[in-house]
Amino acid sequence: MSEEFKIEIVNPEKSFLVKDDVSEVVVPAYEGEMGILKDHISIISFLKPGIIKILSKSGNESYYIEDGIVEFKNNNLSILTSSIFNIADMDKSKQQDLLKQAEEESGKEEISDQSRYIIDQKIEVLKTIN
Amino acid sequence: MASLDDLKKRIASVKSTQKITKAMKMVAAAKLRKAQESAEKGRPYSEKMNNVILNLSSGISDKENAPKLLSGTGNDKVHLCVVMTSDRGLCGGFNSNIIKKAKSYFSKILSNGKELKIITVGSKGNDQLKRIYGDKIIENISFKESKNANYFDADKVGKIVIDKFESSEFDICTIFYNQFKNVITQIPQAQQIVPLNSEDSEDNTSEESYEFEPDEDEILSNLLPKNISTQIFKAMLENSASEQGSRMSAMDNATRNAGEMVDKLTIQYNRSRQAAITKELIEIISGAESL
Repeated sequence: MSEEFKIEIVNPEKSFLVKDDVSEVVVPAYEGEMGILKDHISIISFLKPGIIKILSKSGNESYYIEDGIVEFKNNNLSILTSSIFNIADMDKSKQQDLLKQAEEESGKEEISDQSRYIIDQKIEVLKTIN
Repeated sequence: MASLDDLKKRIASVKSTQKITKAMKMVAAAKLRKAQESAEKGRPYSEKMNNVILNLSSGISDKENAPKLLSGTGNDKVHLCVVMTSDRGLCGGFNSNIIKKAKSYFSKILSNGKELKIITVGSKGNDQLKRIYGDKIIENISFKESKNANYFDADKVGKIVIDKFESSEFDICTIFYNQFKNVITQIPQAQQIVPLNSEDSEDNTSEESYEFEPDEDEILSNLLPKNISTQIFKAMLENSASEQGSRMSAMDNATRNAGEMVDKLTIQYNRSRQAAITKELIEIISGAESL
């Protein structure tokens, strides 16, 4: 048996990515990074800002996401997210834009602890992309 | 009877109107294809979202402490209605159908002694509702600047709804929009989004148990606000496809009507031209005879 499963990433506008030869996916789950292999138990979790790594036969890919939900069931991994960027396409200026946006937001006073945590995560991750 | 000159002018004006409606129809057809495409592309997201929430809510352990967005506040005193219409007119019954549906719902609520609050999305709905329900409209949102329905806009509306819910300004929220069936048929819909009406989508609740990380409650409380934006976005997509479809068939009708009118006017024009010729001939002949 092959050790591959199917991944589907959808954003509100369209189906962003569909692949069926994935061997491992690492997602930034809310409580820490999580690697998903074939025959993982059914799971639902949500994501914090971070990087999704997809390892597959046809090449490895990384995406930067800001939020999302993962659902894994019957060797189908679905990721729902409203903001996702392919790191390969992401140039310096885009990264700087996002970083600036996040920093502006974290400068605000009235945000809750939880959203502050998420924004801090965002800033941290964005700084590592280069 | 109108003079020949008048008739000529009318024919010319009807013809130029026909040209305009024809052009509008073409534009609507082109936009419709795009809108339809994006409505179809947007479907997997909202479907998946629904699935996850269904799975979650069936697995939730403590029904009493379930997030308020799912279970409701326990009251049904204040109703919030989000009426989604277009920003532009000339699209047949598109806006009036939504308004009609909304109005009948409003009067039902009011006659039951409930409180009503309205948010209008799109300027046409606001125009039609403010005459009767002007004091009930608490917010009017319009996305004239953005060409296509996008998630960013939907999220804005969603945030407003959630903010109002959190400050307990309403108990039940319903959105009104047109569901796109085909070019000729659009069905006005009233969909309750707060509290979530799980009876609408009874099937595909799998028996399979999931592992949740973190626990169900926390995921749900994160997910439900997103779901509201998603539902509003879905409504916006359906609406924009419906609007273009409705406009297309309305403009098609207008073009055909203009064609019929041109035909009728042309016949009238030819008849009166011939009548004038005949009259002249009679005058000449009877003049010659009398000599």
